[in-house]
Amino acid sequence: MIWLDTIVQGLLLGGLYALFAAGLSLVFGIMRLVNLAHGDLIIVAAFTILTITEMSGLNPFLAALIAAPFMFAAGWALQRFVLNRVLGTDILPPLLVTFGLSVALQNGMLEVFSADSQRIRIGALESASISLGSVTVGTLPLLTFGSAVLVIFGLNQIFYKTALGRAFRATSDDVVMASLVGINPKSMFAIASGIAMVTVTIAALYLGMRSNFDPSIGPARLIYAFEAVIIGGVGSLWGTLVGGAIIGVAQTMGAQINPEWQILAGHLAFLAVLIVRPRGLFPRAVD
Amino acid sequence: MLETKGLTASYGQFKALFGIDIAVAAGECVAIIGANGAGKTTLLRAITGVLRSEPGMILHRGEPIGALPADTILKRGIAMVPEGRRLFPSLSVEENLLIGGQVRRGDGRWTLDSIYTLFPILRERRLSPGTALSGGQQQMVAIGRALMSNPELLLCDEISLGLAPVVIRDIYAALPRIRETGAAVVIVEQDIARALSVADRVYCLMEGRVTLHAAAKGLSRDAIHAAYFGVAA
Repeated sequence: MIWLDTIVQGLLLGGLYALFAAGLSLVFGIMRLVNLAHGDLIIVAAFTILTITEMSGLNPFLAALIAAPFMFAAGWALQRFVLNRVLGTDILPPLLVTFGLSVALQNGMLEVFSADSQRIRIGALESASISLGSVTVGTLPLLTFGSAVLVIFGLNQIFYKTALGRAFRATSDDVVMASLVGINPKSMFAIASGIAMVTVTIAALYLGMRSNFDPSIGPARLIYAFEAVIIGGVGSLWGTLVGGAIIGVAQTMGAQINPEWQILAGHLAFLAVLIVRPRGLFPRAVD
Repeated sequence: MLETKGLTASYGQFKALFGIDIAVAAGECVAIIGANGAGKTTLLRAITGVLRSEPGMILHRGEPIGALPADTILKRGIAMVPEGRRLFPSLSVEENLLIGGQVRRGDGRWTLDSIYTLFPILRERRLSPGTALSGGQQQMVAIGRALMSNPELLLCDEISLGLAPVVIRDIYAALPRIRETGAAVVIVEQDIARALSVADRVYCLMEGRVTLHAAAKGLSRDAIHAAYFGVAA
């Protein structure tokens, strides 16, 4: 029974990783851009939500709702004014720019918020739990997983059911042809980055409520997110959820055997999937 | 309606066009012929903004458009059927058509329904991935996608390339119905006889220069030969 509990806890943890990864998956799927500052942007969003709650006394969920449009604008502007200038056939310039951004964000946050560990307080919800048969699960992890499913579902609806999503897919397929049907690819990229930052805000909300955070923990969130995207298969949003769940379950199972193995077990699961399915579990046919 | 004036274009150090002057009037059909590497596709790439040039080298309704990006040029009513079709692989046939109409000019006659009337087979295959179709059907989708923007000028690059003769006949049969809407058509073709059969006027390019400009009707074989190869027959 303890293993069932471990697997369920791992799945729910995977929801958090899928939230970290959803925006990365969207951006990578559309413009083949790996944003090395993705993890740091999650921490920026977490500090933003924290600041709003502390200044206004608002509930963190409402604070995230307020932060989301600002994060959308920040993502849009970052893409429009910085990253679009370095996107091209060479993948190195955008990598270097986002790496630089990552360093700058970490140091900027250190300056503004100090190195102290912070947490977004949510009162009784922090320790609330629900009994599901023989397994007891935390309400917050359950909410996290539910939100991850909703985020992935929402992104999928946008991607496959709307004119905007059609333009995203066309731009991802063939940038030149997309411009020949009247799409401005750079504008598509900016909108995609804005949407990615909204998912980042949701990820930051749950990260901040579930654990302590400080300006230095962004890069590790990036690694989990990146692993979830690769395990799921580039461009597959549901695959990203599966990828997150696999890392989460591997981590909780590793921790069950030996608490020191938690993080390592997640990385080993990632390597195992890479060996068996180098293109991920659900690769897109056209990639 | 469209005019190029001393249009030059380069790929890096390599100069592909040397002072091209062509003109297309509203509603007419112009053929551009020439051997491989003559600069035909480069000319279309320059007109559509894929390859930028000096603003005044390309005029649309008298306004300079040479430096505009491709998406802006489409919005002005110039659409392209590119060589090799280039359908979007992750989009279905219908989505490929719909995305062509995402930026529409006015309430022109081209809609999903009228495209399906022009090419009935596409209605049956509308939910298939665009790239799962035969070459001829893909070409129909590529033409339909360009028409969905209701262009006043349709540029067709090698629409017969790699297709069976019977399929080419079907595709060319659609041209008069496209012209009925008042759209001008420029066709770039290697199949000279096919091009001359539908065009009002013809330009021949050789090594990035115009070597012949004439009415398509009554054009002699010798004149074409001389312009095409640079030597008299």
